Amino acid sequence: MFKKSLVSFFAAALCSAASMSASAEALKVAIVAPSASNDLAFTQSIVDGVNALKEEFEIEMAITDGTFIVDDAAAAIRDYAKQGFDVVLAHGSQYGGSLKEIAPDFPDTAFAWGTSADTFGLPNVSAYEAMSNEGGYVMGVMAGKMTKSGVIGVVGPIEVGDAKLYVDGFVEGAKAANGDATVNVNYIGSFGDVALAAEAGRSHIANGADVMTGTAQMVVGAIGAARSKDVAWFGTQANQTKLGKKVVVASQVYKWEVILRDIFNDAKNGVLGGKLHKVDLANGGLTIEFNDKYSLDAGARKAGEEAMAAIMDGSLKLSH
Amino acid sequence: MTDVFTTTIVVATIASGIRLATPFLLAALGEAIGQRSGVLNLGVDGVMLLGAFAAYFVVLDTENVWLGVVAGITIGICMGVLYAVITVFLHAEQGVSGIGIYLFGLGMSDLLFQKLVGTPLPIDQFSEWSVPYLSDVPVIGVMLFQHSPMVYIAFLLVPVVAFILNRTTFGLNVRAVGESPESADSLGVSVRRVRFCTIIAGNALAGLAGAALAIELGIFQQNLTNAMGFIAIALVYFGAWRAPGVMAGALVFGMVGAIVLQAKTLGLIPRSASDIAAMAPAIITILALVVVANRFRQPAALTKPYFRGD
Repeated sequence: MFKKSLVSFFAAALCSAASMSASAEALKVAIVAPSASNDLAFTQSIVDGVNALKEEFEIEMAITDGTFIVDDAAAAIRDYAKQGFDVVLAHGSQYGGSLKEIAPDFPDTAFAWGTSADTFGLPNVSAYEAMSNEGGYVMGVMAGKMTKSGVIGVVGPIEVGDAKLYVDGFVEGAKAANGDATVNVNYIGSFGDVALAAEAGRSHIANGADVMTGTAQMVVGAIGAARSKDVAWFGTQANQTKLGKKVVVASQVYKWEVILRDIFNDAKNGVLGGKLHKVDLANGGLTIEFNDKYSLDAGARKAGEEAMAAIMDGSLKLSH
Repeated sequence: MTDVFTTTIVVATIASGIRLATPFLLAALGEAIGQRSGVLNLGVDGVMLLGAFAAYFVVLDTENVWLGVVAGITIGICMGVLYAVITVFLHAEQGVSGIGIYLFGLGMSDLLFQKLVGTPLPIDQFSEWSVPYLSDVPVIGVMLFQHSPMVYIAFLLVPVVAFILNRTTFGLNVRAVGESPESADSLGVSVRRVRFCTIIAGNALAGLAGAALAIELGIFQQNLTNAMGFIAIALVYFGAWRAPGVMAGALVFGMVGAIVLQAKTLGLIPRSASDIAAMAPAIITILALVVVANRFRQPAALTKPYFRGD
């Protein structure tokens, strides 16, 4: 009886040690992001990126989403660092100021934030950005070729960071493909006002737009407007086909795993920051996913694919 | 510049303003009914969110927009019962209770969405209803009579609410309870019953406003209302607790929003001023509120719990 108990005790102790060792080896990754983790846009793109690496790395992931309020995000970032997370991803360009204050207090934690190119000169902060103007340009070219009315509508949130980059690239592409096209850009002044984004979409349609695009979490409203009037839509950040199977032509999809792989490997090797990472068409961090259900004009698709190839081989330089 | 003033653009802008005003109008009418009986409900936005989610979920499941509307109203009624119990029967402080209801609605609607739906999926939207004959009238027809049914319902409720409040015994009781519950009670009017009814009606309209919003947009996401309920409360003050005034406030807010959107679309507002322009509806509403609010007195018993025998 005593022998049996002793064996059980050692077995339990071994199991416990094994489990402790496994959890010690797991990379603890925290994400702090402004909108819902399944928003089919900005936040979902980073969550999908970490999930895509779960087979390569043993990852223990925690998410705090919906932190549009920067103070809430700052509290979450600090909390994760205190809890001993190896990598804290502050996924929002509005979080930079907070991160600059928090990161020096936790020199053993790797912080990464984006979209931005600024590491604040701190050894434990990495920055990452998406060259979303590249995919924007490609889709702008297709939109320019597609439009019959000659009017294209763009719905943006606030003219900063990733949103501005995408919109600028899209406008440049549309103008390059169709110099006569009018591209109306409407920054509604909010990342979260779905109703206003819907009305901005309707405003574009009333002005004759037959092709639209938009960026950030609130564009679900504008896609609804496009859906109700059968206006073509180009998505970005995540594949938005689910939001309008009949109107979504293509989406620029962020594959953050391309740069997260480097950040995680660096963290495991003790390099906690100081680097700038970029996803773009050439490194596969940005991809264009077409909606097979949408019958896209072959000429427009070909023009888009040629633009994409030119950007990837460096023969086409964008102005933004 | 000439393009700006084409009939098409003007008509589209006014129609847009009417659409933008609709959820504010529904919620503000409900809030006005409650406030006339002396009950402030700061939880409107939370009830709208719950109504929006209920409507979204039901339409997603059944593909029937009218069942979604019923679901939104039903959730509003349930929240009304809860709020009535808290404020009328338990005499809780209305401001704090309302904020509690708001936070509950904000969190619960998101939790239910995450657990029951997850990734946002589009739902059927209202189709436009063209009013026979009237929709064929040039200019006016497109502007006023080619909207979703919720727009007509919201604006038809304005005379209905005004009539009930001003021309019926129930409306007289509501106003009496809002001004002097002690006097009303002494005349045999049940303060509890009146306030219970107005809270239920107000919350039902808030639920309807949320349902109208979600079905109009064809989607739900976290904090879909984006604080619309709080604007609706401000519009009640703007409208001096009267249905036509509330309608005027909602229209001002909607029209300013629509004009700013249209001006931005046409490039009339420089992009550098875009964010400032986005604040215009709120700023103009506040200014109008300052001008209007001083001319009218709020119901004397507003926010005051009634204790029989005090």
